[in-house]
Amino acid sequence: MKKIEAVVQPFKMEEVKEALKNIGIDGMTISEVRGHGRQKGHKEVYRGQEYNVDLLPKVKFELVVSDVRFEEVIETITNAARSGKIGDGKIFVYEVAEAIRIRNGDRGDMAV
Amino acid sequence: MTMLPALLFAAPDTGARLDALEIAVKNAQSAGDNAWMLVSAALVLMMTGPGLALFYGGLVRRKNVLSTMMHSFIMMAVITVLWAVCGYSLVFSDGNAFIGGLKYVFLNGVGTAPNPDYAATIPQSTFMIYQLMFAIITPALISGAYAERIKFRAMALFTVLWALVVYFPMAHMVWGKGGLLNAYGGGTIPTFDFAGGTVVHITSGVSALVCALYLGKRHGYPSEVMKPHSLVLSVVGACLLWVGWFGFNAGSALAASGLATSAFVATHFAAAAAALSWMLAEWLKSGKPSMLGGISGAVAGLVAITPASGFVKPMPALLIGFLAGIFCFYMVTAVKHVFGYDDTLDAFGVHGAGGTLGAILTGVFATNAINDAQINGKAMPLGLVDGHAGQILNQGIGVLIAIVLAVVGTFVILKICDVLIGVRVDATAEEEGLDLTQHGEEGYFLEA
Repeated sequence: MKKIEAVVQPFKMEEVKEALKNIGIDGMTISEVRGHGRQKGHKEVYRGQEYNVDLLPKVKFELVVSDVRFEEVIETITNAARSGKIGDGKIFVYEVAEAIRIRNGDRGDMAV
Repeated sequence: MTMLPALLFAAPDTGARLDALEIAVKNAQSAGDNAWMLVSAALVLMMTGPGLALFYGGLVRRKNVLSTMMHSFIMMAVITVLWAVCGYSLVFSDGNAFIGGLKYVFLNGVGTAPNPDYAATIPQSTFMIYQLMFAIITPALISGAYAERIKFRAMALFTVLWALVVYFPMAHMVWGKGGLLNAYGGGTIPTFDFAGGTVVHITSGVSALVCALYLGKRHGYPSEVMKPHSLVLSVVGACLLWVGWFGFNAGSALAASGLATSAFVATHFAAAAAALSWMLAEWLKSGKPSMLGGISGAVAGLVAITPASGFVKPMPALLIGFLAGIFCFYMVTAVKHVFGYDDTLDAFGVHGAGGTLGAILTGVFATNAINDAQINGKAMPLGLVDGHAGQILNQGIGVLIAIVLAVVGTFVILKICDVLIGVRVDATAEEEGLDLTQHGEEGYFLEA
């Protein structure tokens, strides 16, 4: 099993969610986060006081998928989240040791 | 007139009926004036709470939103009590050129009968409560300079002493009968201050600068990000200030008169022009017109037109507002950074600077075409536009007296508060925020 963490542009959230749903992925956790990569921040001015704001709003998807599906999922997210500009985000993949469904104790691929 | 003897002849009781008619007319005028003045008093109170509380509250960081609102709100309670006990008397009862007497302490003799020295058509109680609202907002304006770092106890003591030492004497000098600067009440240096340019805005603005210098910068200023936590609150607050200012300036006619209308128009025009000129200035300087710039400009225009509102025509009002927007923009964006003082919410840059500009320009544009109140029983040319250039000098002297009183008074009071209580919270409390450390509560708890 793999855990996929994808940080994407907030306005791409719905597209990514729909795309995942279309390939049959219906379990995920989404949170609003702030961060930056190579994308530069922006300047804000309050009564002449300038601030460079480099932490920008992003949306983070977290989902765990079976080893056979993860390449397909990554491709789906990449396609849906891409606008082609700096700031589109990143995807990180981790190995998952175990998954357990709390309701009935299912383990492994059965639980994700 | 030729009808009158005939009427008198026809009906013997006509004299009595004329008397009754006169009383009825008087009552009607009094009812109209009193209605407007009560509404005006309420409008001016609305400027402090919620107007200023929202305006200032939105500009600070979220950990200080309640303490900053408290700085405005507490004035509504503290100054009211002080006013009832002795404030009204020290400003408006007969005294010397600098301070009133004790005739009205505990509001003794202040009731529904008018006080013809000030307003002959409304109950003295109405005049008293209207003037109270000015005494409330003035110290609240200062809080813009000490926000985010003053101890609440020190602030409360400072406020009481400041009202006694700075506000009451200044208000008496400008508006009290026999006051040194009162043009219409026998002052030796006649200055024009229709609604409180010197009394309210210069005293509070200059005192704010003294507070900012005495307390020192907030920790992390100016390198740390100290963005306004909610400009939405500030916009709501500033718009309430704009509306409330009609009570402040037009109400200062003390009657529902043509002069009130004139002041209303001048006030509105100046606010609009200043909102535009501030936004234009920042558009040219930093590339974008901002919402914060718009409301800051509007307030600057309202400040500058305050002393002039009952003396100037609409076009000079537009000009005064336009100049105020640019001048105050320059004060808060350039001058403040050159000198490096932390006037947190720009109480000096807007009220001190705008008030001074307005007071001087009143000497330029005041005209008896707008205000025909008579000085020593005769109509006088008022400002430069009436051919009386000397008025600018008088206005300057008024400004200077306000500045000296504010600087000396505020410094001494801060020293006293510092020795007795300590004016500034310690670094840990400042980091944690005044809401928690001074009041034990938080403004926002969104998960609740």
